[in-house]
Amino acid sequence: MNNIKYLLLRRVTQVIILVLYFGANAYGWKMLAGTFGSSLLMGFIPLADPYTTLQVLSTGFVLGADVLLGALIITIFYMVVGGRAFCSWVCPINMVTDLANWLRRKLKLDKEEVNYRFLKRNTRYWIMVLGLIVSAIVGISAFEVLSPITIMQRGIVFGFGSGIAVILAIFLFDLFGVKNGWCGHLCPLGASYSIIGKTSLIRVDHDHEACTNCMECKIVCPENHVLHMVNKESIQVTDGECTNCGRCIDVCGDDALNFSIRSFAKKRIAKKEN
Amino acid sequence: MMANSDNNRRKFMATTLQSVGLTALGGLLWSGYTDEVKASPLVLRPPGAIKENDFLSACIKCGLCAEACQNRETNLDKETGLPKEGTLKMAKGGDHKLIGTPYFIPTEVPCYMCEDIPCVPVCPSGALDQLLVSDDKGELDINRASMGLAVVHKESCIAFWGIQCDACYRACPLLGDAITIEMHRNERTGKHTFMLPIVNDNACTGCGLCEQACVTEKPAIFVLPNEVSKGKAGDHYVKGWDKEDDKRVGNAKAIETTTERSSQSSSDYLNSGDLY
Repeated sequence: MNNIKYLLLRRVTQVIILVLYFGANAYGWKMLAGTFGSSLLMGFIPLADPYTTLQVLSTGFVLGADVLLGALIITIFYMVVGGRAFCSWVCPINMVTDLANWLRRKLKLDKEEVNYRFLKRNTRYWIMVLGLIVSAIVGISAFEVLSPITIMQRGIVFGFGSGIAVILAIFLFDLFGVKNGWCGHLCPLGASYSIIGKTSLIRVDHDHEACTNCMECKIVCPENHVLHMVNKESIQVTDGECTNCGRCIDVCGDDALNFSIRSFAKKRIAKKEN
Repeated sequence: MMANSDNNRRKFMATTLQSVGLTALGGLLWSGYTDEVKASPLVLRPPGAIKENDFLSACIKCGLCAEACQNRETNLDKETGLPKEGTLKMAKGGDHKLIGTPYFIPTEVPCYMCEDIPCVPVCPSGALDQLLVSDDKGELDINRASMGLAVVHKESCIAFWGIQCDACYRACPLLGDAITIEMHRNERTGKHTFMLPIVNDNACTGCGLCEQACVTEKPAIFVLPNEVSKGKAGDHYVKGWDKEDDKRVGNAKAIETTTERSSQSSSDYLNSGDLY
């Protein structure tokens, strides 16, 4: 119940990554320089965010090869480890929204996720596409002008300015507004990583036999619709919206949830049985 | 049954229409906001920056240029070994520049025009173009940079009052080229010389060292972006004595103004004899 192994691992990863980025600017470290938009790993491996890259390409600007290669590397990486592992293991906003979520549970602000008519979990895909269209119309990367993710990261590396207001807004929105509002409903970057992670190799596996139906996993899961199989059937979580955060594994007292390598064969057999 | 499916269809149509409508509304607001925040005509970009409009599309806001600028060897504090504040800043909320893009403020930290230009080759996106700061042999040449143009406000420049000052001239990395001193007789005293700083557009890189060095309360010499600081004569005005320049007149397009009267008898009304 009080296992926080993956939570701790995630926080450590997130903080180390931010410290490396910070050090690159403040002390000239070469491990990980730049920001999420485009980075340089070990001083020579280019990394770039796929959605940011797509936005720049939508403006009609032909990007340098470094960015294109970097976006390819990142895409392949997250296709393996689960697209939204970026969200839960790297993104600094995750710490903000997790805090909001935790407070929300502590303050008993709501038990049920309210179903807003036009604020569904698929709204983010609309925003993702809209971001590309707006980028094409206006000629600058549309999401980058208001992305709390890079605003927070640049804030930590270069100084916040009034950008801190955006972070605060996200926090308040998730705490008092919509549960999992930003990461689970609106963020187009998360949407893009959901798509990338559709086929990811690392997946959470559910063991129906061991499950005692306590539903702790569904309470902590930020995308709990992906856990539809809990106490129903022994299959893997294959939804791309799963962030591979491992929180469900942490809270599961019955060892019914664990990370596993995706088995494409198992899925086919399971289908046949049905 | 029929009525129910009709109802469902109507509901579906309404939801679809609302979704599309709200998306369009979101798109309008988002476009409007984005278009507003990109407008910052008074911003100075790093050397090698492509044209401002293209720069705004191209810059991926990674900050590698600013990090290279701050961590260059020449910027290390000799006592602590830590880097001092770099020239390039990354625009943050409240700076009123497109957020996340690099820029500099000469009065705070001007561009020191490093010979190896650390900020340009690191740019992964092409927003900073190495070719724009390279000579004909393809070697980096910071003197080719054109970040802006220094402009002198002669009413506040004390050299124009007749007071001896050549701070900007001395601070200029291209002393004698980008800023020259023009001498004029001071008629008021009858025995002194005006030593006037004159900026030459073809040499000035817009580094801003002059602006930082200027002694007046608010600098009388300051760097403005090229788009703001420069005029354009157009192809109707050529240096007729310069054969190369004279060719430009070929590009000039006629501007025809048609008024109600000129449309009837355009060019020859003075000679046609029916003026009265």
